[in-house]
Amino acid sequence: MLIFADILSSTILFAVPLLLVALGGMFSERSGIINIALEGIMIIGALLSCLFLRAMDLNGWGELHPQLAVFLAILVAALSGAVFSMLLAFASVHLKANQTIGGTALNMLAPAFAIVLTWAIQGQGQTTIAIPKWVRITSEASQEVFFNRLIFKSLYLTTPIAILLLIASVVILYKTRLGLRLRACGEHPQAADSVGINVYKMRYIGVFISGMLGGIGGLAFTVAAGSGFQSQVAGYGFLALAVMIFGNWKPLNILGASLFFAFFKILGSYSGSIPFLPDFEGMKSSEYIYLMLPYIVTMIVLVLTSKKSRAPKAEGIPYDKGSR
Amino acid sequence: MRKFLRKRGTLSLLGSLASILAGLLLGFILLLVFNPAHAIGGLEDMLLSGARDMSKLGKVLYTAAPLLMTGLSVGFAFKTGLFNIGASGQYTVGAFFALTVGIQFQLPWYVAILAGMIGGALWGAIPGIFKAYFNVNEVISAIMFNWIGLFAVNLAINNMPIMLANAWGQVARDRTARLADANPAAALPKLGLDAVFGNYMNIGIFIAIIFALIAWVILSKTTFGYELKACGYNRNASLYAGINDKRNIVLSMAISGAFAGIGGAIYYLSGTAQFTIVKTLVNMGFNGIPVALLASSHPIGTIFSSLFISYIQVGGESLQPEFAKEIIDIIIAAIIYLSAFALLVQGGIGRLLNRRHDETALRKEED
Repeated sequence: MLIFADILSSTILFAVPLLLVALGGMFSERSGIINIALEGIMIIGALLSCLFLRAMDLNGWGELHPQLAVFLAILVAALSGAVFSMLLAFASVHLKANQTIGGTALNMLAPAFAIVLTWAIQGQGQTTIAIPKWVRITSEASQEVFFNRLIFKSLYLTTPIAILLLIASVVILYKTRLGLRLRACGEHPQAADSVGINVYKMRYIGVFISGMLGGIGGLAFTVAAGSGFQSQVAGYGFLALAVMIFGNWKPLNILGASLFFAFFKILGSYSGSIPFLPDFEGMKSSEYIYLMLPYIVTMIVLVLTSKKSRAPKAEGIPYDKGSR
Repeated sequence: MRKFLRKRGTLSLLGSLASILAGLLLGFILLLVFNPAHAIGGLEDMLLSGARDMSKLGKVLYTAAPLLMTGLSVGFAFKTGLFNIGASGQYTVGAFFALTVGIQFQLPWYVAILAGMIGGALWGAIPGIFKAYFNVNEVISAIMFNWIGLFAVNLAINNMPIMLANAWGQVARDRTARLADANPAAALPKLGLDAVFGNYMNIGIFIAIIFALIAWVILSKTTFGYELKACGYNRNASLYAGINDKRNIVLSMAISGAFAGIGGAIYYLSGTAQFTIVKTLVNMGFNGIPVALLASSHPIGTIFSSLFISYIQVGGESLQPEFAKEIIDIIIAAIIYLSAFALLVQGGIGRLLNRRHDETALRKEED
C-alpha cells in the first residue's frame, strides 16, 4: 500500500506547478490575452525566488525560520513573475502587438537572462542554484503509516499555498465583480467597454495575476524537480498551457486536468514497482514508452472533449477602441 | 524616394534594422553591466568574430542552414494562419528518418534528405489533422507531439543497434554513428568548399536557400499557396469560396513540417554532427521562431535573418569565458520584442506617407 502513497504524493507534487501555472494562463486568457510566455514567467519567478532562498541560506536566517523564508520566497516569485509579465501586457495591450510574438520573445529572454545572472552571481560555469535542504517540510511521524507517507514524503509550502490559491481563483473568477469584468473582456470587449469597463486595465490585471501564479509555479516546479534551479523548467509552461485547454479554461477542471497529467507523468518512474504494469521485456529502453504516455493520453482526452472545448471568444485579438 | 519608402517591404526591413540596432545596443549595455573591463572587446567579438576568418564564416553558414529550414517551417505556418511550435519534434523526426536511411539502409545523402522531408511532413501533418478534423488547437498538439516525437525517436534508435556509434568502432552508446564510419555517401558533399571554409562547410546552406525559394514560389506565385493563405485569413470565407479548408490545414502543417524535417536532415547529414540521445527537446526548432519573426515570415527574408542570427550566435561563442554566451539570446529576444514596436511605428509612418500622398493627389486634382 505504501507504494500508492508514494505515487499519490509525487502526483500531487508535480500537479502543483501545473495547476498554478495553468490557473495563471486561465486568468490571462479569460481577459483576452494569450499568454504563451508562461514558460518564461516560470523561469523568472523560480530564478529570483531561488536566489532569495540562496541568500537566506547563506546568511543563516533561513535555517532558523525555514517556512517563513519559503513564504517570503513565494512572494518574491509572485512579484517577479508579475513584473516580468507586464512586458507581455504592455506589448499586447498598448502596442497591440501579436501576442504570440511578444510571448515568444519573453520565453527566449527568460532562460538567457537566468543563465547570465546566475553566472554573474555564482561565478563562471556555475549554472545551478542549489535549493537549501530546510525548504522541505519534514515530520517526526512514522513514514510507514499511509497518511503520513502521503503527506510528508515530499511536502513543500507551495502545496498548501496552491490549494488556497485555487480556492481564491474560483472565488475571484465567479463571485466577484472583478472576475465578471475580466471574463467579459475576454468574451466581448466592445460590449464591456460600452458599459464603462476599462478593457485595457482588465487585461493588465489578467496578465498580472497570471504572472503571479506563473512565478509561484516556477518555484513549485523547481522544488519538486529537486536538483536545484538550472535556468529551465522542462517545458512545464507549455504543458500548463495544454492543461489549461484540457481543463476548458475553468479552475476546477484545470485541477482535474493537472492531477490527471501529473499522474501519467510519474507513472513511468514507478512502472518497475507496480506489479500489473507491463514492463516490455525484450525491448531496450522501454522507459520511453512510459515517458510518452502522458502526452498520448492527453491527446486522446483532448480529442474526446474537443466538442465541449470553448476558448474565450476574444482571446488573441488586440482590443482597439476605434473598432466596434 | 517616398514611393520606395511607402512600400511595405521597405518599411518592415527598416523596422527590423532599427530593432536590430536597438537590440545590439541593449547587448552592449549588458556587457558593460556584467564586466565593464571586457565590454568593448566583447562587443567586437560579438560583431566581428563571425567574419574574422574563413573557418568561422564556414561555421556561420553551417548553423544557418538548419536555422533557415526551421525558420521557413515556422514562417510558412504563420503565413497560412497557423502557429507551428512543433518544429522541434518535426526536426527530430526528420533527422531520425534521414539517419535511418543513411546508416541503416546505406543509401546516399539525397535519398536521406528526401526521407527527412517525409518524416517532418508526417510529424507536421498530425497536429494539422487534429486541428482540421478534431478541433484541437494546433499549438497544444504540436507541443505534445514534440515530446512524443523525441521519445519515440530515442526509443527507436536504442532498439536499432546498427544506428549507434558503438556498432561502428566508437565507444559512445548514446549517439548515432559517425557518417564517416558508417556510410560516407550519406554525408552531404562538400564540393571542395571545405578547403576554403573549413571542416564545417558543406552544401547544406545552398539546399536550404533552394527550399526558401521554393517556399516563396508556393506562397506568392501559385493558386495553391493563395488558397493556403486564404484559409489562414478566414477559414469560413475560404470554405464559402469553395476551398477545402480541412485539407488545406493539413497540407499547410505537412509542408511546414517538411521544411523542419529537411533542417534536421541537413544538420545531421553534415558528417560533423551526431544525433545524441537526450531527454530534452532540440533547441533548433524553437530558434526557428525568432528567425521567422525577424523576417516577418517572408521566405526570402528568412535567408537573411537566419544568416544574421547564426552570425551573432557564432560571435557569441567567442564571448566566453568573460561572459555567458546566452547574452546573444537576450539580444535576439530583445530584437523580437522590439520588432513589435517596429510594427507600430511602421504603421504610423505608412499612414503618414499615405495621407501626404492623398493630399498631394487631391491638390493636383483641384488644379
